Amino acid sequence: MSLKNILSEKKDELLASWFDRILDTYPVETAKFLKNQKDRFANPVGQAIHKGIGDIFQELLQNGDIEKVSGFLDSIIRVRAVQEFSASQAVAFIFFLKSVIRDGLADISLTPELYDELATLESQIDSLALIAFDIFMQCREKLYDIKANEMKNMTYRLLQRANMVTEIKDAEKETNFIAIHKKEVNS
Amino acid sequence: MAKLPKPEELLQINYNPPPTEDWMDRPVELKQGNFCWGAKGKNLAAVEFPNARDWTPVEADWKLPKDWEGTVLEAMADRLSKYRSFKVFMDICVRCGACADKCHFFIGGGDPKNMPVLRAELMRSVYRKYFTTAGKYLGKLAGARELDLNVLKEWWYYFYQCTECRRCSVFCPYGIDTAEITLMAREFTNLLGLNTDWISGPVANCYMKGNHLGLEPHAIMNSIEGMIDDIETITGIRINPSFNRKGAEILFVTPSGDLFADPGTFTAMGYMMLFHELGIDYTWSTYASEGGNFGFFTSNEMAKRLNAKIYAEAKRLGVKYIIGGECGHMWRVLNQYMDTWNGPADFMEVPKSPITGTVFDNAASTKMIHVTEFTADLIKNNKIKLDPSRNDDLVITYHDSCNTARGMGLLEEPRYIINSVCNKFHEMPDNTIRERTFCCGSGTGLNASENMEIRMRGGYPRANAVKFVRDKHGVNMLANICAIDRATLSASMDYWVPGVRVTGVHELVANALIMTGEKERETNLRGEPLPGKGGNE
Repeated sequence: MSLKNILSEKKDELLASWFDRILDTYPVETAKFLKNQKDRFANPVGQAIHKGIGDIFQELLQNGDIEKVSGFLDSIIRVRAVQEFSASQAVAFIFFLKSVIRDGLADISLTPELYDELATLESQIDSLALIAFDIFMQCREKLYDIKANEMKNMTYRLLQRANMVTEIKDAEKETNFIAIHKKEVNS
Repeated sequence: MAKLPKPEELLQINYNPPPTEDWMDRPVELKQGNFCWGAKGKNLAAVEFPNARDWTPVEADWKLPKDWEGTVLEAMADRLSKYRSFKVFMDICVRCGACADKCHFFIGGGDPKNMPVLRAELMRSVYRKYFTTAGKYLGKLAGARELDLNVLKEWWYYFYQCTECRRCSVFCPYGIDTAEITLMAREFTNLLGLNTDWISGPVANCYMKGNHLGLEPHAIMNSIEGMIDDIETITGIRINPSFNRKGAEILFVTPSGDLFADPGTFTAMGYMMLFHELGIDYTWSTYASEGGNFGFFTSNEMAKRLNAKIYAEAKRLGVKYIIGGECGHMWRVLNQYMDTWNGPADFMEVPKSPITGTVFDNAASTKMIHVTEFTADLIKNNKIKLDPSRNDDLVITYHDSCNTARGMGLLEEPRYIINSVCNKFHEMPDNTIRERTFCCGSGTGLNASENMEIRMRGGYPRANAVKFVRDKHGVNMLANICAIDRATLSASMDYWVPGVRVTGVHELVANALIMTGEKERETNLRGEPLPGKGGNE
């Protein structure tokens, strides 16, 4: 029996244990809520994590399609990127999977073939972590973009209305640029 | 060269938060991204707020006045005797937990002190210590604690992480309105000069200039003229709104955000196009030029002072009644407080639609109606011509703004209008709309940029429901009737649900509105090709 088959059989128990490990990163009261409230609209964080790890696990055992896995990772990391976690804490949940799997295999004597498979799988999990860092950074950069855009929109509109800036369109190059005309305040 | 950590040191990452001791023993830690910058002294001084000085929340010294504890406790005693509701809300909670998981900040962020019951407990514990016998003698055993600097910082930190959206109160079996507890906490902190820049700036502006942005009359007129130019380009019709005109039948008041911030400006264009088509006798005021009231986020007295200008201006101009634009907290103030603060407005008449003759008895006392009430009545009486197909490129869902939904029960009118002016509308799941609507995450003056993390966390439950209808029905436009929503949901959508934009209801109305003498419209109010025009299909 291959490692992936073994893990497939133990899927429910492994996912439950992975979910619990992630919930442990939250305060006790919060973890209880995240675990017990099953309505996806009343508990979007808990349900996003629950669904996300299930999808990641499934994809890992099947094709390991990077694009698909990225989407699943995004659904969890986008949340943790704005919660009170450092970067390492936000993405650490990927590594939990390694110990969850090792613990889950404790009662099975691993043959050299299984060891090889396990090493490959763990290496795949490591690459997930690398993708996770990218996603985390994208989320944080998005936040800074949003902050900057809010500021830009607010001030630009005011300047425009005060006739302090004029937007000139360059039809040929299809680019816009802002020309700031100094205006004599007292003229 | 920096010292490289050894592998075993790298393994020492602590993935878990510190072990939880009792909440009372956990000192507050102010984390950037969760709070707004401190108020500037000049803005506090402009409205004669106490302890006016510049201050920075992250610095240890908050430059508090002498005997600040006495000031707070005295104010607490005063409010407890003045407001029966506050006293009841301090006493009556049985900590059943029904509210605990209903706050968007707790749901999206996970900080237990954002459970409404625990947030309120931050204040109740102090109340018990100084105002109940059990608390006085039994102290911590009775859930009581002394007011000290750590407690004060905790109050400030968490009561400025509550948007007073009142979702939790919907679930409370005793009807405790946690928003009122937050209102009190903000009153007390305000007495010590502990306000935020994002709130106190607009308050000072509004007091001096009539609106949050500090726009002077020429700037307001200039802005509206810009919109008129755009309307002419789109419809071929030049409209001529009036300003500060005495003898007009109706005064129109809207949040100043509608005058400057997209997409609010498109909503403002929508009001003007509708009023022009109807030919109603209305005027803008450049003095009562703010429907919103950030004073409401500082103290009862300040809210009252800022609100006073609306009736004062109505009286000066001699209007018969007032129509108010699409705004959230503005309507909680107008609907629940204005009458007792600055009424009775018996110099005006009960609002009566000049087009349909409908009398708005619901506003018999305040003399002020919501523009969606006015428009829904027009549509119901078939008084405007509409072409909903002009909005066919939009698949719409509607976000109930907290204050209009829970604060005044305005649930049906916006939906009725949207369904009349658009062909594609889908509701979000039941437990996220109407009375149970989720806050945008940025109300009560939390819509600054420096607290973006908490805004995104708080906005997640709402965004999650939008994401659901986007994925299921292809929703691409989120309608609402609140200026803060229009600004902040745009940011929230950008982060959580890319591809969904934000609109006011009257922007949709104006797009569908067939105006007398208009040219064939090529674009919507945003200058984008209408469906079927210019390859938008």
